[in-house]
Amino acid sequence: MIQVQNVRKSFGDLEVLKGIDVEVQKGEVLSVIGGSGSGKSTLLYCINAIEKIQGGKILVDNIDVHDKATNKDQLRQKLGMVFQQWNSFPHMTVLENVALAPQVVKKMSKAEAIEIAKKELEHVGLGDKFDVYPTKMSGGQQQRLAIARALAMRPDYMLFDEVTSALDPELVGEVLDTLRVLREEGMTMICVTHEIAFAREVSDQVAFFHQGVIEEIGPPEQVISNPQKETTQSFLSKVLS
Amino acid sequence: MGGLFTPLSWNDAGFILTGIWNTILISGVSILIGTVLGVLIGFARAESNKTVNFLLGSVLDVLRSVPLIIQLILFSTFMGVMGSPLPPFFAGTIVLSLYTMAFMGEVFRGGFESVQNSMIVAARSLGMTYWQALRYVRFPIGLRSVFPAWLGVALSVIKDSALVSVIGYMELLRTSEQLISRTQQPLEILIGVGIFYFIISYPLSMYGRRVERKNAL
Repeated sequence: MIQVQNVRKSFGDLEVLKGIDVEVQKGEVLSVIGGSGSGKSTLLYCINAIEKIQGGKILVDNIDVHDKATNKDQLRQKLGMVFQQWNSFPHMTVLENVALAPQVVKKMSKAEAIEIAKKELEHVGLGDKFDVYPTKMSGGQQQRLAIARALAMRPDYMLFDEVTSALDPELVGEVLDTLRVLREEGMTMICVTHEIAFAREVSDQVAFFHQGVIEEIGPPEQVISNPQKETTQSFLSKVLS
Repeated sequence: MGGLFTPLSWNDAGFILTGIWNTILISGVSILIGTVLGVLIGFARAESNKTVNFLLGSVLDVLRSVPLIIQLILFSTFMGVMGSPLPPFFAGTIVLSLYTMAFMGEVFRGGFESVQNSMIVAARSLGMTYWQALRYVRFPIGLRSVFPAWLGVALSVIKDSALVSVIGYMELLRTSEQLISRTQQPLEILIGVGIFYFIISYPLSMYGRRVERKNAL
């Protein structure tokens, strides 16, 4: 379970998160929507301890993420993360990209890591690309590679930070399909996304972020189909029009 | 006896080979040391704050701006005046290595800075430590991207190593100068020396160009 409790985060004088409370149970999907600059990506960075927080608490399986005593590198093995930019390692083949972290971080043997890497690449539909260099692939393929790379660490949670925002429109579908597969398999996920239709389809909860606070949170039928707050209504009418 | 001057003969081959070997030796050692130091300097500059960067940068600027021939003579004379003269090979290697380092440092700094921070964040998000991300992601990507530039600096070091002759190191140029003063055949000898540098440099620079093209794809 991921528990975010009254989290505050500032960049200099600018407060980006102004007291965020949210909980994600095992097996649940939380989608985070909202305008740019609303703090939704920052929340993911804070959950993964990439960014420090100035107040509140984040617990992942009851481990205090921002406690000084917490081993952040170990913690991140629980939390797979995929970014807007896919960040494929250009000096390695697709298979090596995925097999690297299990070997280096989990000290697996090469054979073991390769086996897992193959499995995860087939999982995301890249079973025919093992020996290709990622720079020869489309953005959608590279983003699926990034998902496989994160999955190979066998995380308990997946954090997706606008993973389709940098893609050409025709490539968005294949990445969303991969996320749907993970959802079917019961992966716990937090998706920061601009794909409102996708969020409505896959989420257990949708949180609407506005200027660093959660304006509205609840099941998609409520937040997306029948928003109560005026800010939510105006945001949705803008993105859905 | 045939007088003071004797023409070039096969007996000189060993002497010339010694010169060639010494050129290769001092270039190779200097490139090696200069590259290792250059990687460290380049990394330090890519990672450190403004003050450290400014200090490092000033030292490197001096090394790159003062002509190599002056550095060689200055250093060698300085060590002599200080009462501990160095053999030409050591004095030459020290100066040439530092000179190489100054250029390599900038090459590698560019390489390390070209690796986007988001790439490192992605590696860290997989659970890699700072050093693991450095070793498996930042270093290999940064180093690979600068190979053509590295080769360019290395080639110019090979050619610049001819200047070490001024402090008495018996590399190719100096051996040929001695041959010239004996044989009075400057044209043949200097053309031969020129061809030697060309034979070493040209294939390497062609190779560098090929790698560059391949990397660009």
